[in-house]
Amino acid sequence: MNAISSFTASLPGACAQGLIWGIMALGVFLTFRVLNTSDLTVDGSIATGGAACIMLIRSGVPAWTAALAAACCGMLAGLVTGLLHTRCRIPAILSGILTQLALYSVNLRIMGSKANQPVSVDKYSLMLSQRYVRAAGLSNPIPLLVMIISALIGLAYYFFGTEIGCAVRATGNNRVMARAQGIDTDRATILGLIVANGLVAFSGALLSQYQGFADVNMGRGAIVIGLAAVIIGEVVFGKLLALNFALRMSSVVFGAIVYYIVLQLVLALGLNTNDLKLISAVIVAAFLTLPNMKGGDRDA
Amino acid sequence: MLEMIDVCKTFNPGTVNEKVALDRLSLRLEEGDFVTVIGGNGAGKSTCLNAVAGSFAVDSGKILLGGVDITHMPAHVRAKYLGRVFQDPMMGTAPDMWIEENLALAARRGKKRGLKWSISERERAEYRELLAPLGLGLENRLQTKVGLLSGGQRQALTLVMATLKKPQLLLLDEHTAALDPKTAAVVLELSDRVVQEHSLTTMMVTHNMRDALAHGNRLIMMDEGRVKLDVRGEEKKKLTVRDLLEVFEI
Ligand SMILES: Nc1ncnc2c1ncn2[C@@H]1O[C@H](COP(=O)(O)OP(=O)(O)OP(=O)(O)O)[C@@H](O)[C@H]1O
Ligand SMILES: [Mg+2]
Repeated sequence: MNAISSFTASLPGACAQGLIWGIMALGVFLTFRVLNTSDLTVDGSIATGGAACIMLIRSGVPAWTAALAAACCGMLAGLVTGLLHTRCRIPAILSGILTQLALYSVNLRIMGSKANQPVSVDKYSLMLSQRYVRAAGLSNPIPLLVMIISALIGLAYYFFGTEIGCAVRATGNNRVMARAQGIDTDRATILGLIVANGLVAFSGALLSQYQGFADVNMGRGAIVIGLAAVIIGEVVFGKLLALNFALRMSSVVFGAIVYYIVLQLVLALGLNTNDLKLISAVIVAAFLTLPNMKGGDRDA
Repeated sequence: MLEMIDVCKTFNPGTVNEKVALDRLSLRLEEGDFVTVIGGNGAGKSTCLNAVAGSFAVDSGKILLGGVDITHMPAHVRAKYLGRVFQDPMMGTAPDMWIEENLALAARRGKKRGLKWSISERERAEYRELLAPLGLGLENRLQTKVGLLSGGQRQALTLVMATLKKPQLLLLDEHTAALDPKTAAVVLELSDRVVQEHSLTTMMVTHNMRDALAHGNRLIMMDEGRVKLDVRGEEKKKLTVRDLLEVFEI
């Protein structure tokens, strides 16, 4: 196969992966842009989501229920990071790293001390699978993912328009002001981290079903992909940012899709999968540099 | 109304940077007092206001507000009693949120926040009416990000937010210091108006002695974390800038 046809053949897969990681990127967007902190829990909580989901499905729990339970596990991880950060006053980045580290052991325990646990689409009824990514019809994961993401963005849009949601946004935007307006900024921060890691773990649950296994290392470098999606979304779809919150979230998901398409393109050009992490870092660095190259200031 | 009893605060105790900011500060404000606070740089004026607002825990002493002991109350809890405007126009508002969202946040100070939509159409109309008298045109820009406003516009908005829910005590910390003279005068006049309208108990820190004399019914001069001068009523009316400078020198 030549490069072009192998690239086009990989497009549906790239879209599906982009959509799944887009959910994860929504979580990163929440902490990075809305709460204005860097949360590194995600590398761990995405694997937690995958591990919990696969093990639950293997023990006979319906896939949807398993995925929701996985999201709850991610929320717990977010809670831990939040408590470390607000109650123990550990800097946010370090709190996230600590939780992430701890989760590695937790994830191994969840998976019965195995680094990898498969779930076969032949044996279990899964929400989605890579196998059908080029299939026509309802088994194709892409329409399902689009529906899930629309629902999530709708929910998030509503939530951040409510009194509590506004309190979380104000906390990320100006802590001093938030506290002066009677907002418990610690609780708002914890809440934001819980929601974010819930999304991340849910994305992990979808990812593990999609690829047919959970792996203890599946989250390595996830934060970079999440940030990439957020930033690519802002660079490429930046003009929409002024419009509203829902569009900003959509642009994050599009950012994730763009990321995976660019990745496929680079692979089609002959680089191999061992170089993936290097390529990811280069893509992110490139997109992080881009806005600064335009010269104008982006503070406004 | 407000009672501070022997309040002490030392920053960085036990280090070379140790700084006694409040030295057994005692102060009693009566209901409706409008106190202007002056004093040199580092006298402890901001620290005094921050102690009341709960920005940090005081080392010793007691702070009572309306008879309630707030010494150990977390800042966000006592926020329900307090309205604050800061020196830095960036401090009092959330720049990435709309004007109406900022106001809606202020309207819920001290109330439980739930999953209700954050602002109602009725509130919007209220806010428009509230902003119109400022003469800044903010009433037509409810859905503008506050970050796009000028410093003066932001301070005016912060003042409206601070008094949207009538506070027991209004704390103004050099809130016109960052503004050009004309805007400063407008914001100061506006402060006078809201304070009178709601007969708010107020503490206003300023470096401008003329302003300190022209506003309020009581004047306090602070020095080294204590009250050095405290004049009120008729006595304050007779005070001149020259008198203040004399005390300042001592
Ligand atoms: N967070 C802090 N950490 C360490 N030292 C502080 C802190 N806040 C205030 N100080 C010190 O406490 C003293 C009193 O400061 P404060 O800000 O109350 O002075 P001020 O009267 O408001 O002065 P200014 O007129 O310059 O605003 C100063 O010496 C200052 O350096
Ligand atoms: Mg000061």
